[in-house]
Amino acid sequence: MSVSGTLTKIQSVQDDLAVLNNSRILVSDRSVEHAQPITQPTRFDAHKKSLLTVENLRIELEKGIDVVSDISFKLAQGEILGLVGESGSGKSTIASALLSHARAGAKIVGGKITVEGIDILSLKEDGLRKIRGRLVAHVSQDPATSLNPLLRVSTHLHELVSAHEPSLSKAQREERILSVFEDVGLPTRKEFIERFPHQLSGGQQQRVQLALAFILRPRLIVLDEPTTALDVTTQSLVLKTIRNLCQRYGVAAVYVSHDLAVVQELVDHIVVLYAGRVVESAPLAQVFAQPIHPYTQGLLAAIPDIAQRRLLQPIPGQAPSPGTRPEGCSFAERCPLRSEQCQQTPALHLVSDQHHSACWNIQRGPAFISREAETQRVVQRGEALLEVSNLNAYYGKHQVVFDASFALKKGECLALVGESGSGKTTIARALAGVGEHSTGQIFFQQKELEFVARARAPELRHQIQYIFQNPYRALNPRHKVGNILVDALQHFFKLSYKEAERRAKDTLQKVSLQSDLFHAYPRELSGGERQRVAIARALVCEPQLLICDEITSALDVSVQANILSLLRDLQADGLSMLFVTHDLGVVRAVADSVVVLHRGKIVEQGQVDDLLDHPRDDYTRKLVSHSPSRFKHLLPEA
Amino acid sequence: MSSGFKAKSVSEQFATAWRSKQVRLGFTMTLVALVVALLGPYFAPHAPTDLVGTAYGKPNGDAWLGYDLLGRDVLSRILAGGQSVVWMSISASLIAIVIGSALGVAAAYLRRKTDQFILWVTDVFIAFPDLILVLLIVSLLGREHWLIVLTVAIAFVPGVIRLSRSIALGVVTQEFIEAAEMMGYSRTQILFKEIIPNILTPLLVHLGIMLTWAVGMLSGLAFLGYGVAPPTADWGLMINENRAGLLIQPIAVFAPVVLIAIFSLGTNLLAEGVGRVTARIEER
Amino acid sequence: MSNVATDKMTDAADDAFARGQPSTYQLPSWLPWLLGRLASGLGVVIVISFIVFGATQALPSDPARIILGPEASEQAINVLRQQLGLDQPIYTQYVAWLGEITSGNLGRSIDSNVDVSSIIHARFANSLALTLTVSLFAIPLAIVSGIFLALRRDSKVDQLAISTIVLFKAVPGFVLAILLVMLFSTSVFQVLPAASLLDPSKPALAQFTYLILPTLTLALSVVPYLLRLVRASMIEAMESDYVIAARLRGVPEHNVIWRHALPNALIPAIQGIAMTFRFLFSGVVLVEVVFSYPGIGNTLNAAIEMRDLPMIQAIVLAITLGVVLINLAADLITLLLTPRLRTASKRKLKKKRAEKRFNKASRSAA
Repeated sequence: MSVSGTLTKIQSVQDDLAVLNNSRILVSDRSVEHAQPITQPTRFDAHKKSLLTVENLRIELEKGIDVVSDISFKLAQGEILGLVGESGSGKSTIASALLSHARAGAKIVGGKITVEGIDILSLKEDGLRKIRGRLVAHVSQDPATSLNPLLRVSTHLHELVSAHEPSLSKAQREERILSVFEDVGLPTRKEFIERFPHQLSGGQQQRVQLALAFILRPRLIVLDEPTTALDVTTQSLVLKTIRNLCQRYGVAAVYVSHDLAVVQELVDHIVVLYAGRVVESAPLAQVFAQPIHPYTQGLLAAIPDIAQRRLLQPIPGQAPSPGTRPEGCSFAERCPLRSEQCQQTPALHLVSDQHHSACWNIQRGPAFISREAETQRVVQRGEALLEVSNLNAYYGKHQVVFDASFALKKGECLALVGESGSGKTTIARALAGVGEHSTGQIFFQQKELEFVARARAPELRHQIQYIFQNPYRALNPRHKVGNILVDALQHFFKLSYKEAERRAKDTLQKVSLQSDLFHAYPRELSGGERQRVAIARALVCEPQLLICDEITSALDVSVQANILSLLRDLQADGLSMLFVTHDLGVVRAVADSVVVLHRGKIVEQGQVDDLLDHPRDDYTRKLVSHSPSRFKHLLPEA
Repeated sequence: MSSGFKAKSVSEQFATAWRSKQVRLGFTMTLVALVVALLGPYFAPHAPTDLVGTAYGKPNGDAWLGYDLLGRDVLSRILAGGQSVVWMSISASLIAIVIGSALGVAAAYLRRKTDQFILWVTDVFIAFPDLILVLLIVSLLGREHWLIVLTVAIAFVPGVIRLSRSIALGVVTQEFIEAAEMMGYSRTQILFKEIIPNILTPLLVHLGIMLTWAVGMLSGLAFLGYGVAPPTADWGLMINENRAGLLIQPIAVFAPVVLIAIFSLGTNLLAEGVGRVTARIEER
Repeated sequence: MSNVATDKMTDAADDAFARGQPSTYQLPSWLPWLLGRLASGLGVVIVISFIVFGATQALPSDPARIILGPEASEQAINVLRQQLGLDQPIYTQYVAWLGEITSGNLGRSIDSNVDVSSIIHARFANSLALTLTVSLFAIPLAIVSGIFLALRRDSKVDQLAISTIVLFKAVPGFVLAILLVMLFSTSVFQVLPAASLLDPSKPALAQFTYLILPTLTLALSVVPYLLRLVRASMIEAMESDYVIAARLRGVPEHNVIWRHALPNALIPAIQGIAMTFRFLFSGVVLVEVVFSYPGIGNTLNAAIEMRDLPMIQAIVLAITLGVVLINLAADLITLLLTPRLRTASKRKLKKKRAEKRFNKASRSAA
């Protein structure tokens, strides 16, 4: 390894040690009894006048089930706060509550929200209307559905401005609109402004939302996962725009996200949510350097990163949904540090300067250690299991893959990487046998494969298995899990029912599912569990090659780590994999070699470390530089 | 973590459905109408064609519902008059569902050319008012019962094709169908094991709704004279026959009207109620 | 603009993507679609005419015998057969018939030996009056009530209305007619005439009282469907993301309802209105018979009973043409009101749809 490589390795080991040390140091300095609960106005941002104060916010569903409770945090002028949590944590609900809005079925029942001295929750309809958009603005997650398809972009903006500043003339409004369009990076020509929402790309639509948010110069902007639906490159650009605008106009922002790495490039302070409660609140650097709450530690240990291969630590179990949350600490059932005391809900304690955490047992920590993985495994002299030669694929009349050629060695994990529209899924599907209209050649174990699965010999067919992206659509809702597995077994291997059932249950255990799931319907399972059933279905067919199509994109980070570690175990057993993804962090964590696709053409391929550390193609370089990362400094060419 | 998986057994599903007021009401009404129609003839005090009283005679101890235009006992005729409506509407609906869903699912699964063709044929007919189509065919080709049933079924088929196609499309575009294709299951296997179980429930609900329409259309046809021929007792026919005496003996018209309304309303409530309940179950 | 993060390459790509839209000075891009639909509609009419012809002249083993009835003599049948040109091959008959129809000659009624067209004109006008009255009454009523109920969703009024509506929907049209007759003409109120004995010399609309009960009946049978459609559509619009986003921007509620939700809710309603007309045409036949209303439905019924072939053919064709035109109009209006369909030509739309489906697989699910 090169000198820089060794140095970075040492640095990261030191990082890890620091985490260990700091958490112990912290706790030996202050025992839990001396910690101060957040409700006392202590040194929390006392020197900066706070713009936003949230106190003990509580939102409930119809039957008294709480969605979020005891939420308190502050935000100073010009600061950006990251509200981080996985699905079901309540982050979007809190975001809407900042404008005194609760989605259908939910109700804000307690707490106080103050923005610039105004008590938001006590406002009635008229007062609310005045401050929404003007004092506090909201940017939602999906720009395509948040714009009225019947109204032109200009109409949206004109309507907004005249609603809040009726005294302005049309010309004055136009001036404002043009000016804000320049600020958000949208073209200002007339033809563009007169477009309808469907005539804009995803990134442009989101910028229109930003324009709508910033045009009235609000004091606070709430952004609810605004870049989740966008490509990596577009995401990075939109984030930069948001940061610049906040700085320029001194606007404070609350940025909701499930992605800690994305948030790192933007925020000053992070609040971590779990099961509807705040579990940790700290300045940005401290969250990454010294996470205190077990859940935060777990999250950080589970996130893959493009700059460094991490050994992803799964958090066992899954987050409880509203209504099934246990008494006391909701995280206890998944926490390695759990103790008797956890049956009492921990309050948010001040642990150090501006750093709060809600856990009784931090002195026994850390619960999860974020570790770097050993160096990349090198797949020795494997013979080629799969060879793709001059593959051209068409979607209807539209060509989507141009002349793709690559090879996969036995025991290797090959990542197929690209943004949306790059053709990676098309290639994967062609390999699996549902590629409509493809030409070229595929060789599996040196035998040529048909493009249609039905035409392939059964002995070949069962050796290639496919896992879909969306676990909610990948299993027949009318079949029990057991039936799904047994049907596959009996289809490929002549087995009695008893034997098939035995094998099915064994496989369920192999993917860490209880064998009594055999009798369950898919609708009774969570997303992660369903995805594991899908993997079981594939495994039961005794495959040589597993094609995984973005299998974790629809899952939470902690669940993703679970699945990826399962895949790692399977790889150790000798299973070869083709891993389709757009997330370069996952690529670094899981793959041995990479093929990069851009608009249907392969632009670069090679070994993972080599390609990510020293990308040769411009597009690859762009992808790498735009990928969010906690260890950006480790990337040689970032 | 969820412990102990058992899906709702069939009896449990029925129990859930029963909890809905709409379902209970619909079921009861339909049952009442069916009982009257199918078991009625065994309880009729007189034969439906016997002349036992004065024309348009008022109700009395002997004839609770009075007499019709020819002096026949209205009650007996009511009890005997439901059979044709009931069995004809049920068969017409069943035939329509079977043919329509077969075509609709074929259009959704086989796509492209088959789909285009079926769609085009459907579009031709769906625009056409069904009663007129039925009148046309029935009046000119004869009024045998099976012919009427067939024609009514054909009139409903385009609607069923549209519905089953859109449901089937929703199913076919889901990934588990592709998974089955990748496994190499044959087309027939996929059709019967994967697709059809997922479309059964919405189709069942639509069956109920079609029953309502079928009753309406068949009794309307009978009213116009294109159903059972007199002197057979038939609810729709009775309405027309006794129209002239509406001012004197309204019950002769009122009674069959009420029964048709009960059957029609009952099936509608039942179908919609079940639809709502199953939507809630499967939403989870 | 250096502090704004715009990657020139990305934005140029964005623009090229969106630039496929034709400017306002070109021919409307939906014109080929319109022509296609017109051709399709014509095809429908032709197919229906074929069916009508087949059902009336080709299929029955001997139309002449059917017309004259079972007791007619062989001689009379032969004469009629020659008269009707039934001794010629079917295709010749069809073409000849088609030619006659399109040139406006609808034949003579076998029953009354009068020109079919003259009879139809008068009756058609009556039915048109009835249909128009019903539509002008029922359609706005259904739409307004649908919106009203959607805005007061799940309130007492809403629940009551929905339950009553189910009642009307399930009861067959002619049954409703009779119930109404019983209510208003014979037993309870006795204010309205049970039979519509229109004076042919005066326009139907002027003789208002005769129209009330038929209109009411038809309205009660078509309003439920449209009302529920509009209500559901409006509820969906009010719960949509763009409405919530507008509210969160501080747009006044008044604007949110009337400017954002309503226009989106009404577009599916257009198809609903076309369906309503289809129900109307079906129901009008029965209602006219019940009320003895001298309209096209009643005439059709009589013609069928009398086996008056030219009359049957003419009426059925007229109705078909009407239905096809209405559907075409509905589709055209929907297209003009939906920007997404309006601004993309069919080919581009297909390509974009293909691209979207293709891209979906690569995006992370929400």
